[in-house]
Amino acid sequence: MPGAIYAEGLVKTFGDVRALDGVDLDVPEGTVLGLLGPNGAGKTTTVRCLTTLLRPDSGRAVVAGLDVLKEPDAVRRSIGLSGQFAAVDEYLTGRENLRMVGQLYQMRSREAKRRAAELLEQFHLSDAADRPAKTYSGGMRRRLDLAAALVVHPPVMFMDEPTTGLDPRNRQQLWGVIKELVSGGTTLLLTTQYLEEADHLAHEIAVVDHGRVIAKGTSDQLKARTGGERVEVVVRDREHLPTAAEVLTAFGKGETTVEEHTRKLTVPVTGGAKLLAEIIRELDTRGIEMDDVGLRRPTLDDVFLSLTGHIAETGAEAGAGTGTDKTEEPVT
Amino acid sequence: MSAVVQSPPGAAPGGALVRSVRDSLVIARRNVVRMARIPEVLIFGLIQPIMFVVLFSYVFGGSINVPGAGLSPSGYREFLMAGIFAQTVTFATAGAGAGIADDMHKGLVDRFRSLPMSRGAVLTGRTLADLVQTALTLVVLAVVAVIVGWRTHENLGKVLAGFGLLLLLGYAFSWIGALIGLSVRTPEAATSGGLIWLFPLTFISNAFVPSDNMPTFLRVIAEWNPFSATVQACRELFGNLPAGYPTPSAWPMQHPVLASLLWSVVIVLLFRTLAVRKYRRAAG
Repeated sequence: MPGAIYAEGLVKTFGDVRALDGVDLDVPEGTVLGLLGPNGAGKTTTVRCLTTLLRPDSGRAVVAGLDVLKEPDAVRRSIGLSGQFAAVDEYLTGRENLRMVGQLYQMRSREAKRRAAELLEQFHLSDAADRPAKTYSGGMRRRLDLAAALVVHPPVMFMDEPTTGLDPRNRQQLWGVIKELVSGGTTLLLTTQYLEEADHLAHEIAVVDHGRVIAKGTSDQLKARTGGERVEVVVRDREHLPTAAEVLTAFGKGETTVEEHTRKLTVPVTGGAKLLAEIIRELDTRGIEMDDVGLRRPTLDDVFLSLTGHIAETGAEAGAGTGTDKTEEPVT
Repeated sequence: MSAVVQSPPGAAPGGALVRSVRDSLVIARRNVVRMARIPEVLIFGLIQPIMFVVLFSYVFGGSINVPGAGLSPSGYREFLMAGIFAQTVTFATAGAGAGIADDMHKGLVDRFRSLPMSRGAVLTGRTLADLVQTALTLVVLAVVAVIVGWRTHENLGKVLAGFGLLLLLGYAFSWIGALIGLSVRTPEAATSGGLIWLFPLTFISNAFVPSDNMPTFLRVIAEWNPFSATVQACRELFGNLPAGYPTPSAWPMQHPVLASLLWSVVIVLLFRTLAVRKYRRAAG
């Protein structure tokens, strides 16, 4: 039985560019899939294919039990989409925006009005409800956009880089909103460039590069493949390097690498902060002075490096997924 | 897993046609609200035609010989107004184009296309809102025209019919604008792309001078120009044709009301079809 979001062999080319090169996905109902990858990897194109905005050249997609190519209108009734840009009308107020979207979801006018008020409350926008969205901050616009995607309690949600461009505080706040949503049973596909975000929100992560899913798994599984966490120590005196290396090797899960000129030692570990504390204590006991010490978690670059051998080309193909010059075959 | 083809709670009833009309009105309302919140668009949209009324009336008025009216500024003023009115309504093209290009640019078209709404409604709603704007513009312009001395000489029904043809022409041209808006990348391009061809179109016509004195090939274009048909029809319906004005023998000039209606309907049907098709394929 396919999941709430299911894709098989999605291919989409724009001229010479193979934006999607056979994407397979299967997201069980009520779970969150994080689609992780750099700009131009095919994240947005995947979302556009699954939300009926774009017709793939080949492949099959089922969303909420409905064939995306055969029953696009029924799919549209069952999904909420929050795109890469906060798609709100800036001259309408928050309330007017939500009412309009409700009516276009074919709600009665009164019902749309009631639902708008409810969402404004839920997204902490009540105070700004009757101001044009133009006066909203970036975080408020994002929340309004998300609220618009939730007007009909869709069982399946798509969010394309929901926190890109937000400051850390607003990002945290939005994560809270998304978690709440998911705890209500919504199936969510979320794209992101940040491993931390996928880590935080997703049950499962699919890493995309050059239009293909190159790795799939929980964040722990991916990190294990990437080499997991590392402890980095910078000692004050160069002559302490051998002793320090001895200590790190004793605690670590592999070879300690030593950079003489920076006086830096790195060792892969499992055991997190607790182990870090033990290492610090041991180094201290042996009288080794440290300039810097820390636990380093794998980043998107680390994941990419270990999976593909190249660093995520963030920005290299920026905009490739949003160009307006492509001939796109839609689902009609 | 449950196949969730649920109607949203409180779903409105109705078939495809009802839905299409309802969605179009929701979008039209949205655009009218926007218009009210950005009044400068309407105001700037008025300045140019008012300037044209004043400039053409007073600068050219004494020098342009309208057959049948002779060299009289007041005769030219009556002759001119239908032309200015018609030119003004065609400027709706730029508004519709820029509005739709802006929606594409801001990702709103993607949002609309992901909703279970009628496929033509975003464009129909926009063109309906432009019709409201065109009507407001025409009212103001008619008042200015009366102030500078324009008068009608037919009954109210005919005069209103003339304005009806003008509105229909404006509506038709806003569909051309919709197609332009969907085809370009920025609102700025839609504005200039919507205006640039309007100048030759409206000048190679009978709008500002009688077409008789043009070189033959321009005269033929002018006489078959959809724009000229509406201008000629309005002059007839307003009673603004001087008694001895020689009507050109081309069919649209002989039957201007019918020609104007046909042209406008053909433009709506053609450009609506093209624009809706383009919308379905729109890239965000």
